Amino acid sequence: MTPPPGITLAGDYALGGAPLFRANLHLRAGEWTCLLGRSGTGKTTILRLLLGLPTGGHFAGQIAATDGASLQNRVSYMAQSDLLLPWLNVLDNVCIGARLRGTIPDRARAAELLRRVGLSGAAHHMPRQLSGGMRQRAALARTLCEDRPVVLLDEPFSALDAGTRADMQDLAAQALAGRTVLLVTHDPAEAARLAHQIVLLSPQGTAVWPTAPQSPPRAIDAPDTIASQSRLLAHLRCAA
Amino acid sequence: MRGRDILAAVLLALALWQAAVTLTGAPHFILPSPLRVMQAAWASRVLIAQNAWVTGIEVLLGLILGTVLGAATAIGLALSKRAERLMLPLLVFSQAVPVFALAPLLTLWFGYGMGSKIVMTVLIIFFPVTSAFHDGLRRAAPGYHDLAATMGASRWRFMRHIAIPQALPALGTGLRLAAVYAPIGAVIGEWVGASRGLGYLMLLANGRAKIDLMFAALIVLACLTVALHLGVGKLADRLSRYAHGD
Repeated sequence: MTPPPGITLAGDYALGGAPLFRANLHLRAGEWTCLLGRSGTGKTTILRLLLGLPTGGHFAGQIAATDGASLQNRVSYMAQSDLLLPWLNVLDNVCIGARLRGTIPDRARAAELLRRVGLSGAAHHMPRQLSGGMRQRAALARTLCEDRPVVLLDEPFSALDAGTRADMQDLAAQALAGRTVLLVTHDPAEAARLAHQIVLLSPQGTAVWPTAPQSPPRAIDAPDTIASQSRLLAHLRCAA
Repeated sequence: MRGRDILAAVLLALALWQAAVTLTGAPHFILPSPLRVMQAAWASRVLIAQNAWVTGIEVLLGLILGTVLGAATAIGLALSKRAERLMLPLLVFSQAVPVFALAPLLTLWFGYGMGSKIVMTVLIIFFPVTSAFHDGLRRAAPGYHDLAATMGASRWRFMRHIAIPQALPALGTGLRLAAVYAPIGAVIGEWVGASRGLGYLMLLANGRAKIDLMFAALIVLACLTVALHLGVGKLADRLSRYAHGD
């Protein structure tokens, strides 16, 4: 993996001619940035702009990496839906990126990544045999298998039960440490636990929100985490 | 459908048939009784088997060829937006031409042998297979498009590794329809001009007032169609189970 770059996205986004948001977002190199905001403010659009995917609107501004190189082939993506292919077993799902690029999959590495996310016993299971949490672990292994320095996460834990979600947050924080990560989330608790930097998105623009002093992942029951989460929630409710 | 249900349905149909013969008092050269048809079938078993073999081969080859051509066309259309824009209206328009009306032309072009019947079968199943599979290929979940794009997939590799496996149940739906239409294509081809096949045998028997033989050929054709429908249904189920990881 190449050293993770910082990323800047600055500009105005309009949908059907109507302005949706003005963003000035800086993702710090090798750190987790959590992007929060109410539904419809454009969080997922920002993520799609960074991924280079179509958004249906027009972005006037710039997206640049701090090392000056293109972001193409340096970003991987994990969505709310695990997007596992039902007809492939877990191991083949983890290797799907290589198949899609026409290269030979490194199955030994994929198996090692499955072991790392606690799924070594399920490598030859089909996705339908897995629980929701196990499926997201497999999706995380697939993301890791891409070995990209930048990882964009679109609410990947939101459909999980509370216990599984906390486990997945710990696992993702550990597995993606050292990469530049953008996590789009609705959940103030998740942001308070995982973020080095919290950014709030509203129609008025982006604003950086202070985090608790400890390094992430922070303990769920740490007073600073709880206080940070409460303040964040109160702010989001006021902003409505 | 369980075997017992099928047997009950067959017995019911035979009973209704016999009742119609008894109640109307129709002569045997208009409506033969089931027993008479069975006797005719047994007496002409070799003749029927030889002609059923010909029709069976025509249907099977037409089905395989039509499926391959239909699936390849659907993939081609899904890969190229330009081809899709040009070809789709043409394909829909082609359905306005009744395929039956083409049968004499096909016989003229491909002769009285199996060729014209196979082409007829291919023509009749091409559209349902293409249309169903193409629809399935276009309906690949948007999330998969995003994932594949971020992984650097080419359009063809996305098609091969994601869109095609995901669309296999839709192809199965097209195949089920094709299994019903395919014998129609072959028999119409045989009616227009042939020297072998169940359609030919039915015309021949009709011309010689051997209505019991005609019924026997018709029943064998129906059995052939049902067998094909069941076989293709099993294949379609397998495609669906594969795509769902069962």
